[in-house]
Formats: sequence, structure tokens, C-alpha cells
Amino acid sequence: MTREEIIKPENLVYRRTPVLTDNIMHYCPGCGHGTIHRLIAEVIEEMGIQDKTIGISPVGCSVLAYNYFDVDFVEAAHGRAPACGTAIKRLNPDKYVFTYQGDGDLAAIGTAETIHACNRGENITMIFVNNAIYGMTGGQMAPTTLLGMKTATCPYGRTVEANGYPLKITELIAQLPGTYYVTRQAVFTPAHVRKCKKAIRQAFENQNLKKGVSFVEVVSNCNSNWKMTATKANQWLEENMLPFYPLGDLKTPEK
Amino acid sequence: MAKELKLMKGNEAIAESAIRAGVDGYFGYPITPQSEVLEHLMIENPVEKTGMVVLQAESETASINMVYAGAACGKKVMTSSSSPGISLMQEGLSYIAGAELPAVVVNVVRGGPGLGTIQPSQADYFQTTKGGGHGDYRLITLAPASVQEMYDFVQLAFDLAFKYRNPAIILSDGMIGQVMEKVVIDDYKPRWTDEYIAKTFPWAAVGKPASRNHNIITSLELDSAKQEQININIQKKYKVCEEKEVRYEMINCEDAEYLFVAYGSSARICQKTIELARAEGIKVGLFRPITLWPFPSKQLKEAAKNVKGILSVEMNAGQMIEDVKLATECRVKAEHFGRYGGMIPDPNEILVALKKQIM
Amino acid sequence: MAFQGTLVIDTEKCKGCGVCVETCPNKVIALSKKVNKKGYNYLEMVKEEACIGCANCAVICPDGVIEVYRAKY
Repeated sequence: MTREEIIKPENLVYRRTPVLTDNIMHYCPGCGHGTIHRLIAEVIEEMGIQDKTIGISPVGCSVLAYNYFDVDFVEAAHGRAPACGTAIKRLNPDKYVFTYQGDGDLAAIGTAETIHACNRGENITMIFVNNAIYGMTGGQMAPTTLLGMKTATCPYGRTVEANGYPLKITELIAQLPGTYYVTRQAVFTPAHVRKCKKAIRQAFENQNLKKGVSFVEVVSNCNSNWKMTATKANQWLEENMLPFYPLGDLKTPEK
Repeated sequence: MAKELKLMKGNEAIAESAIRAGVDGYFGYPITPQSEVLEHLMIENPVEKTGMVVLQAESETASINMVYAGAACGKKVMTSSSSPGISLMQEGLSYIAGAELPAVVVNVVRGGPGLGTIQPSQADYFQTTKGGGHGDYRLITLAPASVQEMYDFVQLAFDLAFKYRNPAIILSDGMIGQVMEKVVIDDYKPRWTDEYIAKTFPWAAVGKPASRNHNIITSLELDSAKQEQININIQKKYKVCEEKEVRYEMINCEDAEYLFVAYGSSARICQKTIELARAEGIKVGLFRPITLWPFPSKQLKEAAKNVKGILSVEMNAGQMIEDVKLATECRVKAEHFGRYGGMIPDPNEILVALKKQIM
Repeated sequence: MAFQGTLVIDTEKCKGCGVCVETCPNKVIALSKKVNKKGYNYLEMVKEEACIGCANCAVICPDGVIEVYRAKY
């Protein structure tokens, strides 16, 4: 078969979702943010809720997420996305509301907002991208930085004495009765991406049930600040991040 | 229907007015001396009356960011607090001003600095009228001097906030917040429908229909040339506001040889001092700014032409006096008299100050 | 029944990160020695006849630059 014979509308198996804009993302080559954005956008497309969705972007690398989603967006102050999500959902209970935050935003400066939105059981979807480092500001230590991991502000490696322990905030919020679905996913292989998308879809569909927060952590990479190639970073993620941040559901409606 | 008359606290008037003005959401955190706002809202349970959402947030920081996001959806949203809580809200206020969103904040001021005291004060004048948070912005500032004005200014603040897409603040204090007076109250106004909001505020993040581009609410612009242009546009808006929105009141000024300049509680006390002074034959009047920003500079300059001296009476260590001197270009003697840290000046000591400092 | 696949790659939007290359079961794709306008070694098909249209590459691509077609024969 020739290429021309194959490239026909009826043979299309994958194309970029129109819920993403045409803007080229500013993320570094190989960064997981792009993949996670795409999954959310695909879920919005498949559920047919583009006109009913309001997204909230954080401060950090994904601050400009609003440029890439073709949905209405509110850019929150650092760490305040869950407070923003709370107000938007309460004032617009029929809309689908999601927050998108990194580890510094969600688990350091915004810890109070995160925990209280989860504890109040707000009917929102929270996406938490954990790459164990501050990307936008140039690779400083995050609350989720692993012990021994080197960053710009722990250049000799994170130690318990100086910096305390990496924060497993997802385990923490899974304990709260206000969360309905809590899961940890990754996007470093096609199989993980497909699984992650299912989790995000679940987290969005749960908003119809009005039973509380659906929370998806995505363990991701930061090859630039980890100072590795993208493929090496994905390998490093599997070998170092996943033993400490194991993948899987922490809380499902059935359990 | 005839207007209803009710005896209520200043703080309750804020809450009652919010419900009746068709406000969509209130997000707040308890702090003395304004907790009655949230308490009254919870008792009234307006979600059953008008659908208004009331939420006790985990902090003032969360409250103001809830207000930011509610405003981003074109909703009428507000919060209230007192001085230390308002300090925590400065982050959100700067973002609301930067993203050009309408919102209303009430500050029932108490004495500072720090945790200070819970008694009335006007020590947040600088913070309120000069911006407060980071960046070049202003808050439209209304200073009520009665419980009726607490009630009336909620609606006025929303009108101004939506007209200029800028936060408006009601700068009250612990005295006006706690005192009980009779208030004329309105009928319930219905809240805006989602259709009305989508049509009237095309900028609002309400969910993107196929017919328009996506709306983005942000205060971020990484291109500094564009950020400068945003700032220029905001400043143009402020110029219009300064031209059109000045509000003030003049009492006993027709024959006045001396002038008190005072707002809020201080203005109430000065009215008593005027009685005492006039009984002694001292011709003194009161110039009461109602908008503290925009400050009634032109009007005060005009009023100051015929007087021998001005005493700026404030419950702080001397803040509005700077705007008084700027307005009058120091062409007339202007001094400050203040009590602070939660102390309320006595009408007699103001008269003594007038005689000593100005006459 | 077998599948023949092919890709349409938006080479100007490709950042040449290469994470897709490793996911291809048949080593159909590789980074080019040439660069796009941004200076990235963009993705290209080097063994087109081996593509089965599994979409692994498109699913992992952070920038969504790969379109996948698959025909039965």
C-alpha cells in the first residue's frame, strides 16, 4: 500500500485533539506537561464538555497552560488554585472545574488550600504534576524532592537534617473523607499514558456524582533541571521516583 | 412596597445588604471586629432566599483568592475582614486589580501594627488608598460614617467595581462595624442569570461556547512592552475614575473659618466638636471625603480657599494629612490630630487640638 | 489480516526529544540529522513499510505532533 492509500480519513487512528490550541507549548523537549495537557484535552473532547469546562492554572512551569487549552481558563496566584476551584465550582455547580498544579504550587505554598479544598470535598478534579523539582524558577528543591537528589538549593543532595523529608501529599490527602478518588499515575511509556488518561477521564466523570475531590497525581520528569536527556530522565524516573512514589489507586470509590 | 426600617449593627448591615443586592458569593474568615458579617450571613442562609453562596474559608488568603476566581466568572462576589486579615489579602487584591476584575472587600479596621488591638482605628488608610499589594494599582475606597452607609455602600461598591473592573473596598472601622443604628433596607434584588452574565461580560470565564475564542483571566504578561501597555490602560481607567467618581460631604462650611477634614468615625466625632466649637463662637466646618481614593483633591482645594487652617482628624498617626497637604498644595496651614492603637478621640480633645494647633 | 500504518509528522512543531523513538516496536522512526526552523533534529520515518499504526509514538509525544493512519490489508 502506498502512503497516499493509507492517509485517508477512515484510516485515522490518532490526531491532535482540537481542544488543544495550535500554540507551540513552551515546555522543554520531552517534558511530561505536554503529554498531560493533551490527555486532559482529549478527555474534555471525548466527554463533549468543552463549553462547560473551566480550568485553573498555577504558578510554575504550567502557568501558561491557559494558552494551550481551548477552554476558558483562570490563572491563580501561587498555590491558590484549589481555593479558586472551590469558588468557581460553588458558583457554577453545573460546570466541570479542574485545577492543574505542580509540586511546589500544590504541596508547598498551597498546602493549606490543597488540604482544605480536599477536606471540604469540593466537587472538582485536581491534577497534580510531581517532578520533584521547581522547574520554572530554575531547578530548586521541591517539597517532593527525593532524599539525596541534587537541586540548585540543595546542591549536595537533599538531607533530612537540612531539608526534612519528601512530602507524600497524595497519601496524605487520600486520608481525607472529602476526597472520592485519589490515584497516582505516570506518562513515561505509552502504556502508562493510556492508563493515566483513563484515570483523568474517571476524575472528570466523578464531578457528576458530587461526591468530593477527584485527585490525580502524575509522576513526571524535568529533564532540563534533572540535567539529563528526555529518555534518560524517563529511565531515571522509573528507577528513582517510582520506588518512593508508587503508581496506582490510593483511594477508589469501590474500596 | 414601603421601605423597611431595621435596627442593626454595621457589620450586619453589610451582610444584609449583600443578600438584598443580589450578590452571588461571600467568602470570608472570622476576625474581630467584623465576624458578625459572616455570622449574619450564615444565620440568614441566603442560598435559600437568593441562591447566594456563603463559605467560611480556611484563611483570608483563601477567601480573597475565592473572590478572585468568582469574579473571573463574572459573578458578584465579596469578602470582609479586619486589618491583619486584610494584610493577608493583599496578594489577591493585587491579582484582582492586575487581572482587571470586579470585586468588593470590606475592611472593618482595628488598631495595628501587627496583631495590634481589636478596637477601632483608621491606620489602614495608606494601605488602602495607595494600593496595598505589589504593583501599580488602586482600590476604589468608600468610607462609610454610619450604619446606613455601610448598607448603601455595598451596592455602590459593586456598581463601581463592575464599571471600572477593579476591586472596590469599603473602609470602615470597629466603631461603625459594631454600633447599632436604624437602616432603611431594600427589597431583594434577584441575582444575575448566567445568560445575563455571559452576554454582559464577554470577558468572563464561564465556559467557552463554539462561537467565541476562549477567555483567559490572568495578570501575567511576560512581554514587558505588552505589560507596560496593560499598565497604561489601567492608569487611563484610574484617570477617568478620578474625574467621575469623587464623593464627599461638606457640613457647616458656608461660614467656616476653620475646617476639619475627617472620614468615617472621625467625621462623626468631629460633628460633635463642631457643635461645641460653634457654641464658643468658633466657626468651624467639616469636609468629609466619602471616596478616599479617588480623593476629593480639587474639591478640598476649593473649600480650603476661604479658611485660615485645616485640622485633619484621623484615628492614626497621620496618614490622610499627606493627601490633604497635596490637595491644598500647602497654601493653608494644615495639621494632623490623631488618637491611635484603638483609642477613639473625644470631641473635646479635638476642640483643644484645633485651638492649639490651628488657631 | 495485517495492518499497514503511516505517520504525518508536524516537523516544525517537533522538539526532537526522542521519547517516541524508544516506544516504536518496529524501529520505524528516528531523529533526523537535519533540523527544523527552531533548530531541533525533528522526527522522521526511516522504515515506513514496517509501521503498523500502533500509535505508541503519538500517544507519548508531549507536543502532539504525530498523526497516525492505519489500513487493513
